[in-house]
Amino acid sequence: MKRRTLLGSAAALMASSALPAFAQEEKLKVGFIYVGPVGDGGWTYQHDLARQAIEKEYGDRIETTYIESVPEGADAERALTQLALAGNKLIFATSFGFMDAVINVAKKFPDVKFEHATGYKRAENVATYDARFYEGRAVLGTIAGRMTKSNKIGYIGSFPIPEVIQGINSAYIHAKKVNPDVEMKVVWAYTWFDPAKEADAAAALIAEGVDVFMQHTDSTAPLAKAQEAGAFGFGQASDMTNFAPKPRVASIIDNWSPYYIKRVGEALDGTWKSHGVWLGIGDGEVVIGDITEAVPPEVKEEALALRDKIASGEYHPFTGPLNKQDGSAWLAEGQTASDEELASLNFYVEGITAPMPK
Amino acid sequence: MMIDPLSVFILLLGAATPILFAALGELVVERAGVLNLGVEGMMITGALAGFAAAHASDSPALGFVAAAIAGMAVSMTFAALTQFLLSNQVATGLALTLFGLGLTALFGKPYEGVKAPAIMPGPLGLNWMIWLGMALVPLIWWFLTRTRPGLILRAVGENHDAAHALGYPVRLVRILAIGFGGALAGMGGAYISIATVLQWTEGMTAGAGWIALAIVVFAQWNPWGVLAGAWLFGGVTVLQLRLQAAGVAVPVQLLSMAPYLATIIVLVLISARQKFGRSGAGAAPASLGRPFHALK
Repeated sequence: MKRRTLLGSAAALMASSALPAFAQEEKLKVGFIYVGPVGDGGWTYQHDLARQAIEKEYGDRIETTYIESVPEGADAERALTQLALAGNKLIFATSFGFMDAVINVAKKFPDVKFEHATGYKRAENVATYDARFYEGRAVLGTIAGRMTKSNKIGYIGSFPIPEVIQGINSAYIHAKKVNPDVEMKVVWAYTWFDPAKEADAAAALIAEGVDVFMQHTDSTAPLAKAQEAGAFGFGQASDMTNFAPKPRVASIIDNWSPYYIKRVGEALDGTWKSHGVWLGIGDGEVVIGDITEAVPPEVKEEALALRDKIASGEYHPFTGPLNKQDGSAWLAEGQTASDEELASLNFYVEGITAPMPK
Repeated sequence: MMIDPLSVFILLLGAATPILFAALGELVVERAGVLNLGVEGMMITGALAGFAAAHASDSPALGFVAAAIAGMAVSMTFAALTQFLLSNQVATGLALTLFGLGLTALFGKPYEGVKAPAIMPGPLGLNWMIWLGMALVPLIWWFLTRTRPGLILRAVGENHDAAHALGYPVRLVRILAIGFGGALAGMGGAYISIATVLQWTEGMTAGAGWIALAIVVFAQWNPWGVLAGAWLFGGVTVLQLRLQAAGVAVPVQLLSMAPYLATIIVLVLISARQKFGRSGAGAAPASLGRPFHALK
């Protein structure tokens, strides 16, 4: 009963506030939900930079709101509903785990446009966008393979979802290319953001003899751990230059600004349509941060050459011959993985000995 | 795939220390009959204050002192609200957690991306805070069970009306206990920012305060049990990560669930024991969470 009156009054409020809006040019309200705090220095920080970029680009024509640290799950639905009720007409949901919540809320608000990062469920008013992180991972893997002395490289995974598995495979394939003796250790933290746990995961890898590792979690804690132990790491999602030149020897940066600016522009002039896009190094969405002087010049050159070949489309990081972890054939000589295959990737390539979590 | 048990144990001690501090503090608070659910808020406050002080003074030791003071300071708002204004302890504790998280997010902005001085190593390569945490266990046990002030504190927690009738200052005892709990929670939080992660990040305690609360129940309000609980919770985290790094297929979800399952089993055992009229040993302090007013 109470909830009904609440919703009713909210609707009445919206209706009354919508009326005078016809008189002047309507301000587009753009909402964001973030999975972590904007101060994480990584994933969410980058999304918030892009939010600031659209504010700068469109100034008075738009108004942005964000809700940070929204847990993936039922709470996300509440946060999205809240943004929709507050009159946001374009809502960015910036984590994989918001997927079902976005679809559910989008059904209830057909006139609100939703943009969901890294997901695969779409609707009339739900578009998805993703970055080809695996392209950047190929470059980092090359550096890792060259930099390791123990021949053990590590990877701190968040959740065993295709996006992360692509990264692990891509990093391993390219490390192995430059260093046939390399071994990959994987630790799943089962969190996107928990600095203490991420630090523990890094410590576990270091205790296993790993001296270069990558991370797919959002905080800078693993880099702090690497610094303590004299190991090398990479900036994740954001540049993390505070840890340059060592332990951060390079970084993989998510640059969402161009996409956000484009989509907000389309929403403003009414040409916004649902779609699913997957942009990479060539589109400027995945950026390799400055490779520091801790990396020998020839390795840096090699890494940059690989980056340029990927950017131009000349080389695909998943090019056969490649076998699956169990030894069965995956890609034949010269064959490249299709986007559909990558979007549902759930196995390691041959040579990774770590077990895939069930 | 052999894992060196000693290296696991060393990592375990580090992972257990923040929750050990916070849980020991909360244990004393609860033995005095006060339920403070604000542990998370006090920890994060300590994490920021400790980090800021360590950064400014270049001394981790000063950082921990500052963290203790900061934790105590925020716990005093809880004390004022619950002891003088008799507000609901559960709601006030939750508010303290939200308050701490918000306040530190605001004031922590200048410290993002800043580095802290390295913590001093102690005997056997373990830092002094790990040793201090373990030393606190017998000290608190001794205080609670072998000293007169400890007896008074427990009396206040078991039956505050009787303690009051005997002339003990119920409110003062509780305020002191809350302050002590706040100081330890603050130091536990600072361990995460100064020793584990070596930097400040918003929301960095990530639920450690709630784990500390679970450990107090798991420990049946006994300091030795708190040590066992902290090692169990810390050990499970470290062990599963270490097993993964060694390439062993581990049921992470099952392992992560184990300490909470153990806590539920302990709760069941406690109520079973009471139901069958054995003894009240191991049960929650009888006045836990109940407000006290002398003129009631």
